[in-house]
Amino acid sequence: MSPLKPVNDFVVKFANINGSGSASANEMFARSILRMGVPVASRNIFPSNIQGLPTWYEVRVSGKGWLGRRGGVDLMAAMNPQTWDKDIAGIDPGGYLFYDSSKPIPMSRLRDDISIIRMPLTEISNAAYSDPRQRQLFKNIIYVGALAQLLGIDHAILEQMIGEQYKGKDKLIAPNQQALRMGRDYARDNLGDACGLKIEKADAVGDRIFVNGNDAAGLGCVYGGATVAAWYPITPSTSVAEAFAQHCKTYRVDAETGKHKFAIVQSEDEISAIGTVIGAGWNGARAFTATSGPGISLMQEFLGLAYFAEIPAVIIDVQRGGPSTGMPTRTQQADLLISAYASHGDTKHVLLLPEDPKELFEFSALSFDLAERLQTPVFVLEDLDIGMNDWLCEPFTWDDSKVYDRGKVMTAQELESGKIFGRYLDVDGDAIAWRTLPGTHPTKGAYFTRGTSRDRFAKYSEEGAVYQDNMQRLLRKFETAKTLVPAPIVRRAREKAKTGVIYFGSTSAAMNEALAALENDGVHMDTLRLRAFPFSDAVVDFINAHDQIFLVEQNRDAQMRVLLVNECGIDPARFISILHYDGTPITARFIISAIAERIALKSKEAAE
Amino acid sequence: MTYIAKPKLRHPGIAVNRLGFTHRDYEGSVSTLCAGCGHDSISFAIIQACFELNIEPHRVAKLSGIGCSSKTPDYLLGQSHGFNSVHGRMPSVLTGANLANRDLLYMGVSGDGDSASIGLGQFVHCVRRGVNMVYITENNGVYGLTKGQFSATADKGSKSKAGGSNLDSPLDLVSMALMVGATFVGRSFSGDKAQMVPLIMAAMSHPGPAFIDIVSPCVAFNNHAGSTKAYDFVREHNEAVNRLDLMEPREAITVEYAPGTSEEVALHDGSTLRLSKLAADYDPHDRIGAMAYLQSRAAAGELVTGLIYMDATATDMHANLNTVDQPLNLMSEKQLCPGSNGLDAFNAAHR
Repeated sequence: MSPLKPVNDFVVKFANINGSGSASANEMFARSILRMGVPVASRNIFPSNIQGLPTWYEVRVSGKGWLGRRGGVDLMAAMNPQTWDKDIAGIDPGGYLFYDSSKPIPMSRLRDDISIIRMPLTEISNAAYSDPRQRQLFKNIIYVGALAQLLGIDHAILEQMIGEQYKGKDKLIAPNQQALRMGRDYARDNLGDACGLKIEKADAVGDRIFVNGNDAAGLGCVYGGATVAAWYPITPSTSVAEAFAQHCKTYRVDAETGKHKFAIVQSEDEISAIGTVIGAGWNGARAFTATSGPGISLMQEFLGLAYFAEIPAVIIDVQRGGPSTGMPTRTQQADLLISAYASHGDTKHVLLLPEDPKELFEFSALSFDLAERLQTPVFVLEDLDIGMNDWLCEPFTWDDSKVYDRGKVMTAQELESGKIFGRYLDVDGDAIAWRTLPGTHPTKGAYFTRGTSRDRFAKYSEEGAVYQDNMQRLLRKFETAKTLVPAPIVRRAREKAKTGVIYFGSTSAAMNEALAALENDGVHMDTLRLRAFPFSDAVVDFINAHDQIFLVEQNRDAQMRVLLVNECGIDPARFISILHYDGTPITARFIISAIAERIALKSKEAAE
Repeated sequence: MTYIAKPKLRHPGIAVNRLGFTHRDYEGSVSTLCAGCGHDSISFAIIQACFELNIEPHRVAKLSGIGCSSKTPDYLLGQSHGFNSVHGRMPSVLTGANLANRDLLYMGVSGDGDSASIGLGQFVHCVRRGVNMVYITENNGVYGLTKGQFSATADKGSKSKAGGSNLDSPLDLVSMALMVGATFVGRSFSGDKAQMVPLIMAAMSHPGPAFIDIVSPCVAFNNHAGSTKAYDFVREHNEAVNRLDLMEPREAITVEYAPGTSEEVALHDGSTLRLSKLAADYDPHDRIGAMAYLQSRAAAGELVTGLIYMDATATDMHANLNTVDQPLNLMSEKQLCPGSNGLDAFNAAHR
């Protein structure tokens, strides 16, 4: 097997031990490639653990700009003895193994179809440092210096990044730069051209930014005007609340008084968190919570109240592997059904499905307009892949002429002028009634909010006709929602296609690459990317316009298929599900082979 | 239920408060609770307290959970917004409402099922957080709406109407509120209006988490011999530690009990609380002493009522969070959105 020699197109995977300080070193490695003008996609594969368990960091280098996981590994930096055998087995034939050779490894545990690059990292680090923590941390920097040298990453870029990273903690700059040089020098003097994988300077990154989705969601909530956040810590959503807090500190502290234009409550559980969001929404503040699947399970009763009593609320759900505790540090798109139909009784909720941090930023901000306009909970369904990994995406933008849509809130002046107020009265024909906020007017507009059935003027009623009237209006309101949520994005194949592909969320990155590869192989398919629930008519039209539809999801039970069949009255046989749910992000290779296999099967059946 | 409106007729000589409101302006719909229910007396006391304090009815937000007690916000302050939320979860909803607009008076009305069982967690955490509110539990030791099951505040050995005996230890919300940082704690009895009204008034004037547990016998399911939450039992075992009198510029409420030693406490809103001590050694500003006293009297079979604890220097959740003075729900995009300029720095930092 001859060694692989690609330029700007390969996958590097780091196998580390959680808590060893590898994360920041690995991230620096990925960013240095971006500074070379070459796109990367990075993914952290980490355990539910603080210290000791295996963790991996995958850097996909793609001069063509493919940002999904490709699958496979070309260079494995194996730093964790616990996972050694599995890590070695995962290297593509012709690939490379880079490892710490301070302790001898028997040849029987290596492979002869890969190139082996040995570097005595522990020896080098121990010789240079005496403090055990320093030995560990600088070992990480040393291997970054060595790999950069092997791959051809400009050393000056890394030195500059160290300077930026430790700005303000200047005494850390010199030792880190020294460690980098130690790695570089060893590789230059001892490893020569052992690695055929190369980074060459390019201009394919442009002004794009490298950012994780949870950071983007927190910022989106600041831009969307959220003033109240209530949350309970849960992986992988915790960093949404933390990002919101951090961005509020930057953008929402009154310059004169030092007081906060925001309130953040760390609640005692998810039930309390959504209760606080609903209380704030009822009282006219923009409020959100961030959670993951188990939190959505706990919030069910309150979500039914918010649906039925018509109270705005935003829920950022960073989906992880379920059911139960499931795989807390792995990704899935498996909260679709529990979110869309949250709570007992007949309910339907608005879902937004962002594809990357950029769209997540925009949807997080938009969700508050939708929640207040529609007076209902709005879910922003992101996932661990988007939320906790750095993604290369277009810089965030904001239209300064934008005014928040605060929805139908009747003012004291309007009440005073004699405007009729019926809290559940549809006066505009869009099934959205007007609301008033507590404290508005001394004698007009007060009403009693409740989870029990009530008439159009908010008076308690258990009469069947009154109840049905209200439930029908809620259905019509969902029709209005269809016209307000982000429309799906349709892409036509180069040639007329009878086959369509529907996908959504974080699948986009891998899907873009898979579609390009399939199209090159003569497989032409139109695509539709869902961006929201309820589904607009365009979704139904797309399905009807194609003979067969591949529906790609990251869950076991084809939850989006259930939603489409149920909500659009479509024959289930029209969908061919492509399901990826092992907890790792879906890859282009997986999609390509799954679709190609089914198409081959079809043509074989047709031939027989 | 709320579809029963009260007639608008008024007695020409009806008293008017400083704002020109009569008692009737603080009323709500006709109560649907059982005749003689202690909860209706509490509603009346709340109405009286709001009237005496010259509160604008629409500046009160009344929130509740689920249960008999949680229905009562409908029967008072008809010009206030009300929120009958979900069982045991009113504290979190009230917390959010308070965060959205710090300028209203928040009143949480709950019961022993709602706050001591399903909602115990939310109750203590809401108090812990220092939410500025008046939190009243109408405590009858029994689930009324589901017809007579014991609640978590029922005393051990207490008899149910159906003849069963309560096997579990009782939970005392007053002790719990003291333990988790309530800065105003009182207990009263729905049969004692003279004690309830000034206690509620003082709680409404308090700028932090104020909690009042009001023992309110259930005439349908918990007012029989062998119950420790029956009218007769509570009257016999009630030990009031003080009598209060909240003095407003308008007029003081008549104190029906002969005062012993007296103490005056200035409140944040400019009014004065006069405490007439009945138990000579009782100090309502000593949290630890109050807890010890409660326990010793409970062991002796006595129910301590009155103002049990007050920290006159209390602050609230907004002070803890350092939020702006303007209600958050009134802020516009101009105040909240950093605009495109704000993104330039963010984008630059992520390259």
